[in-house]
Amino acid sequence: MSHDHSLNPETMPQEPEKATLEGKNKFLGLWFFLGGETVLFASLFGTYLALRNSTAGGPATTDLFGLELVFVMTMLLLTSSLTSVYAMYQMKNNNFKKMQLWLGITALLGMAFLACELYEFYHYIHEYEFTFRSSAFGSAFYTLVGFHGGHVVFGLSWLIVLMVRNAKRGLNLYNAPKYYTFSLYWHFIDVVWVFIFTVVYLMGKVG
Amino acid sequence: MADNIDTNKVNSFRKQKSKDEMKKQLISFALMIGFTIIAFGIVATDAIDKMFVVPLLLILAVVQVAFQFYYFMHMKDKGHELPSMMIYGGIFAALLTIAALSVIVWW
Repeated sequence: MSHDHSLNPETMPQEPEKATLEGKNKFLGLWFFLGGETVLFASLFGTYLALRNSTAGGPATTDLFGLELVFVMTMLLLTSSLTSVYAMYQMKNNNFKKMQLWLGITALLGMAFLACELYEFYHYIHEYEFTFRSSAFGSAFYTLVGFHGGHVVFGLSWLIVLMVRNAKRGLNLYNAPKYYTFSLYWHFIDVVWVFIFTVVYLMGKVG
Repeated sequence: MADNIDTNKVNSFRKQKSKDEMKKQLISFALMIGFTIIAFGIVATDAIDKMFVVPLLLILAVVQVAFQFYYFMHMKDKGHELPSMMIYGGIFAALLTIAALSVIVWW
């Protein structure tokens, strides 16, 4: 497929991700998916807001959350959003190697974020005995934040497979839409995290 | 030969265009970092009355997310009418969901 001449033009178009019909369809499809994800996360946020005071005598939001780790996690994810913007900038300059490099940095930042989140959950379970089954607040918290963490895991797997599979192919009109849709998904993960750190952690700390 | 010059011109025009775009994205990144620091700052220092903190935090989050959508995800560029419709449709359903679940608790 990638050896097809029409997908390897001598001069790349300005927007290689939308130069083919397949690319246009993937672009629209991913945005459609993100619209659905917005509703999905809203139902989890709504559930969390409804249940966050039902602690059943266990730890409450003001006891649990510390701001330092959440701040570090926020910076990691926000920076990884910028590095994937850089990757798409290199894609428009038709510089495949630099695009892969910036995506590699994105993957590392995503993994660092995930490591912080795992440490955070471990800390809650071992220091506070706060688990999924502790209270309705516990279930709602781990469902919402864990679902976001699951999206990060999925995004990282997607990115690594994409980078490995296309490493020898170079950039062409066949794989440019694949990279672009990934970057949109990765930005959306950061969008969800902005609301998580605001609604769960900061508003939880205020009480 | 004339063709070559034209391609070069087009290429440098394109490079300049994406460079300008990158500059805007860097500015929005700096603003997003700024909003995040303000949000964490007002919670960490207890600087503002509790009644005003929550709406202020939500406004900061919405502005930051708008930068993410319009600059990082290019929703401000042309050809994003359908994506905007899908996201705003999603936001509409999201607001209804959150309003409904909050009202149940309030009652």
